[in-house]
Amino acid sequence: MKRPLTKNIIVNQMPFDLVAYERAGGYQTVRQSLGKIDPDAVLAAVVDSGLGGCGGGGFPTGRKWQAMPSVATRPGPRYFIVNADEMEPGTFKDRLLLEGDPHQLIEGIILSAYAVQANHAYVFIRGEYHRAIALMEQAIGEAEAAGLLGDNILGSGFNLIIHVHGGAGRYICGEETALLNSLEGRRAIPRSKPPLPMISGLFGAPTIVNNVETICNIPHIVANGAEWFRSLGRNGAAGTKIFGVSGRVNRPGTYELPMGTPMREMIEEHAGGMKPGYALRALLPGGASTGFMLENDLDTPMSFAAFAAKGNRLGTGTAIILDDKTCPVGFIANLQHFFAQESCGWCAPCRDGLPWVEQTLKSIEAGEGKLEDLDLLTEMTDTLAPGRTFCALAPGAMASLTTGLAYFRDEFERHIRDGECPWT
Amino acid sequence: MTAKSILTAAELDGIAALISHYPTARAACIDSLKLVQEKRRYIADDVLAEIAHLLGMSVAELDEVATFYNLIYRQPVGETVILLCDSVTCWMMGRNQVAADISKRLAIKDGETTADGKYTMLPIVCLGHCDHAPAMLMGKTLVGNVDAAQLDRLLPEARA
Repeated sequence: MKRPLTKNIIVNQMPFDLVAYERAGGYQTVRQSLGKIDPDAVLAAVVDSGLGGCGGGGFPTGRKWQAMPSVATRPGPRYFIVNADEMEPGTFKDRLLLEGDPHQLIEGIILSAYAVQANHAYVFIRGEYHRAIALMEQAIGEAEAAGLLGDNILGSGFNLIIHVHGGAGRYICGEETALLNSLEGRRAIPRSKPPLPMISGLFGAPTIVNNVETICNIPHIVANGAEWFRSLGRNGAAGTKIFGVSGRVNRPGTYELPMGTPMREMIEEHAGGMKPGYALRALLPGGASTGFMLENDLDTPMSFAAFAAKGNRLGTGTAIILDDKTCPVGFIANLQHFFAQESCGWCAPCRDGLPWVEQTLKSIEAGEGKLEDLDLLTEMTDTLAPGRTFCALAPGAMASLTTGLAYFRDEFERHIRDGECPWT
Repeated sequence: MTAKSILTAAELDGIAALISHYPTARAACIDSLKLVQEKRRYIADDVLAEIAHLLGMSVAELDEVATFYNLIYRQPVGETVILLCDSVTCWMMGRNQVAADISKRLAIKDGETTADGKYTMLPIVCLGHCDHAPAMLMGKTLVGNVDAAQLDRLLPEARA
């Protein structure tokens, strides 16, 4: 099985330095592309590859790049930004790439920035990722010293500066327009769209924001072609993806697998199934903003399209397992605590609605709930539905609540009827 | 600025270097707060005012930013801040027992600092270490599979 994204990563070891990375074939695409092939050819390969945004949205990367106005029609600064603000509960894949192979990300940034003709790049890494920030800065220093970054890279006439911006907390920074506000030194509140960042982004200039994993795919697409990339996937999906599992499985961790691998295969074969004494009750397929999935849906291929067809989202592809010894109401209350705390406070439904949801769930969990509370919660899933709030935070929060109320109705009612949590 | 600077020469140089990475001075404000906090542990009012002045921002504008981000401390914290994850996987894997254990050892609750000024304890969102839950940051060090034995090692002066 091909593992292009993690081929250089050895667990618990320092990542490849520049020499080792180049020995493993690294930066060949930069040497062969910059000034030698047209930026549009790089863009075309990414469009043809079918690569989708790995931050959770799955939006076609090539189409995002195509939405940027050309240099001719829009002269002036252009920015390329890597979103490394990995803070979705249950998600631990970008940290692996940042710490495990920083040069792969830099190579991806150089090619991507070349494709969209941006001369300034920022890598926005969440502040808690101290090791990732240090390793990225070190690798950027090595690349600069070798002439792979800076002015007139390898004599190509293309200039690129990369700066690592360490964040200072707050989940909302992962929302791409909130991230832009944060980079400008403001509170991280989302911006009104349109205009999209591709038209008017950082400092008002055309800007691309892509996830870490998305950009780590670029060198492999440029080196091997779009057709090769598509052939890596299964069940109609393209490429590989870093999936993951946490919770009570035998081998929690990250697994680079073909996009489109059935969820069951990852959990049972790669993660070794459930730990003795625990049964799988349900799972969140890709972080806290995705809806619950039950055992009978486990054969769903892990692709953005297959999950969308089921009315769910693949999200970040890192699954959180809810086992039979964990209270589903407590689990959902924890998720809603997260979202209520991380609401940026900009729009009223999210700012006031999420704490209300959280308090209602906590009172049910404490045995002080009323049956009417379930109607209130159901109403809130509508009040905070997509289109009712400024950004996707609150609708994302409602995914687990909507499905949780449907799948665990008995458990909610039992808490209310018995006046206590049956799991404590 | 005519009044004597509160910030050290190293801090002033550091902020100047940070500003060079952005087209506007203001864009360096979060980086600057973090740089100054590194040694001072928190951002006192007079320090905030001087940074605002350096970046051409009003004090209110900078405080608006400083109070938004949870890793900028506007009150004193201990030498080492313990950030224990409270997101869903760590919650499921026993973070509440770990929190109670740390609380007992250090005689502090969430948001408090030990009397000797060594530790502050705070909850934090998912640290991206879910396959080794429960996880926490001790200062800048990420620790996974936190249990009583780990705490014995990490907090030797406060054995259970």
